[in-house]
Amino acid sequence: MLKRLVTIVLPLVVLGVGSAQAQEVKVGVALPYTGIGAEFAQLVDRGMELYLKLNADKVKPYKITLIRRDVKDPSGANAKIAVQELLTQDNVDVLAGWIYSPNAIASAPIVTAGKKLAVIMNAGTAHITNLSPYYVRTSFSMWHAGYSLGEASAKILKAKTAVVGYTDFPPGKDSLAAFKRSFEANGGKVIDEIPMGGAGAVPDFTPFFQRAKDKKPDLFFVFVPAGDHAAAVVKTYAALGMREAGIRLIGPGDITQDTKLQAMGAAAVGLITMHHYHADLDNPENKRFVEAWKKEYGPNTTPDFMAVGGYDGMAAIVHVTQVLKGKIEADAALEALKGWKFASPRGPIMIDPVTRDIVMNEYLSEAVMKDGRVYQKVIGQIDGVKDACKEQKIGPCATAAK
Amino acid sequence: MLLGGVAAGMVLFIVSVGLSVTMGLMGFVNLAHGGFAMLGGYAIALAMRQWGLGFVPALGFGFVVIAVLSAVLERLLYSRLYRATELDQVLFSIGLVFMMIASVTVLVGPENQPLALPSYLRGQINLGITQYRTYSVFLIVVGILIIIGLWLTFERTRAGAQIRAAVDNRRMAESLGINIGRLFTVTFAFGSGMAALGGGLGAEFLGLDPQYALKYLVYFLIVVAVGGLGRVTGVFYAALLIGVLDFALKKYVPSGGTAFIYALTILLLLWRPQGLFGTKST
Repeated sequence: MLKRLVTIVLPLVVLGVGSAQAQEVKVGVALPYTGIGAEFAQLVDRGMELYLKLNADKVKPYKITLIRRDVKDPSGANAKIAVQELLTQDNVDVLAGWIYSPNAIASAPIVTAGKKLAVIMNAGTAHITNLSPYYVRTSFSMWHAGYSLGEASAKILKAKTAVVGYTDFPPGKDSLAAFKRSFEANGGKVIDEIPMGGAGAVPDFTPFFQRAKDKKPDLFFVFVPAGDHAAAVVKTYAALGMREAGIRLIGPGDITQDTKLQAMGAAAVGLITMHHYHADLDNPENKRFVEAWKKEYGPNTTPDFMAVGGYDGMAAIVHVTQVLKGKIEADAALEALKGWKFASPRGPIMIDPVTRDIVMNEYLSEAVMKDGRVYQKVIGQIDGVKDACKEQKIGPCATAAK
Repeated sequence: MLLGGVAAGMVLFIVSVGLSVTMGLMGFVNLAHGGFAMLGGYAIALAMRQWGLGFVPALGFGFVVIAVLSAVLERLLYSRLYRATELDQVLFSIGLVFMMIASVTVLVGPENQPLALPSYLRGQINLGITQYRTYSVFLIVVGILIIIGLWLTFERTRAGAQIRAAVDNRRMAESLGINIGRLFTVTFAFGSGMAALGGGLGAEFLGLDPQYALKYLVYFLIVVAVGGLGRVTGVFYAALLIGVLDFALKKYVPSGGTAFIYALTILLLLWRPQGLFGTKST
């Protein structure tokens, strides 16, 4: 009885509030503001804020209000609760955020039930966008970088053998699968696969790297979550003398995250990564973006791929707001975003009308020393990359959203 | 090549030895021990970064700061709970851990603290038979020096004899005129100082963030459980065993993750509840 009453009364209340303030769009942001992901949450959050600040004229006459919820950790459980609260207590119009894949996976049923547009600004496990028809992703899929890097490793780096080390959680397995598939399709061979602990804590990488070194591959492909994991990877790689042993360290751009790169210093030189964004990309949008970022948040800060995920995600939300004139209805919002094109700091991007995932360029970069700082030099580029996992319907990517 | 495991074992030993002695001596279940290691690591990392202190002086600084801090806490808080039940002790010390974690998060921040090693400890060293990571070799040497030093202190000095006496039979030691209260404070401070040292020395492998205090506590407790309470050499062998086993299992069967080490510990404690090197308690 009470439940029925709520289902009748609640929409009325929501409608009432909605029509009274039609100009306001409430964006519910689910990010890990505390705990291990706190610095990532800050990057995504700043990316969103910066877009709103730089494009105040594009937002008018509407008002975008961010309602932030802390999802605390990558466990999934807390994120699910946060998303549910955003939907039922704050009555948000749009959902946004998701640093960690397990959180996006756990939130999917709630998002579907809540029928709100949900913009994923980081979480990269490929099949996530299949889990709810309301998910749109402005970040990346692990397959974007992993698949492109497999091909580039065989063709550009001329490698024959590789060992893959990965953090044992969904995007890690995804990255391994993506790299292996395209590397082996192009004549390479993955000779060992090493799970290297979970995402919750940075492990001591020494035993895993020692194992990789003993296999003497041409390449050591590493996927770890960006942040402290990456710094430890680079340190261990250098300390074990793997470079001297002729093993090249490669991976998605998580291992050379802009915010951690300078602290790695000379140890990072020679790292080869495939990614859709780093702060050294040479295009006018990125120059403007990096400059505005440093002006806003301090000369010693830098945006990175997470910040761009937030920035582009907010651009998508503003686009939807304009098209729908401030009244966000999920299905109409999805229509407005399908095929949406935007000049992002990472280059031109588009939302794939079929998969709701992003289509973008991938850049092969090498870390070099330039003017006393580590600089990411682009040595190769693949344009208009789609998520190969959904494109080729591999594994969980084959099942479409219900 | 298991030198990496030996080095990891040394870190475990340096942190855990204080825990073993204080648990054995005072019968106090001090779960905040990992917290002292974490605080020590922070003191060392911050001293190096803020004041430009060298690595070795910073280690000394961390030892002293944490020893003093823990002595104060021992007098003010711990000493009130010596006669309390184990549950009270556990609840108290775990509460202290949470306070340590929250304080560090507020004061310094949630992110991992970089601890830059001096250049002479980086890279590879030629050992004649093989090349190996310089820092691992350094840790092994330091660990061996510490165990020799501790062994001599315990077996050959008056203070060591007093501690052994107190561990074995506290009442008898007290009635022989040993000032147990002071002995407790000094030993507690020394044990926490060692933990601080371990926090700093191990940061290269284990990292350093507020969660450190809880993250590695299980490992420290395993070492103490396997080594036996209050036995310095027991802790040493146990730490080496756990370090090498953990390293080897991760290297050769990485898919097993950390599960093996826990399973082994359970089996071992079923077989010898007093630990590998502990004597049967009466």
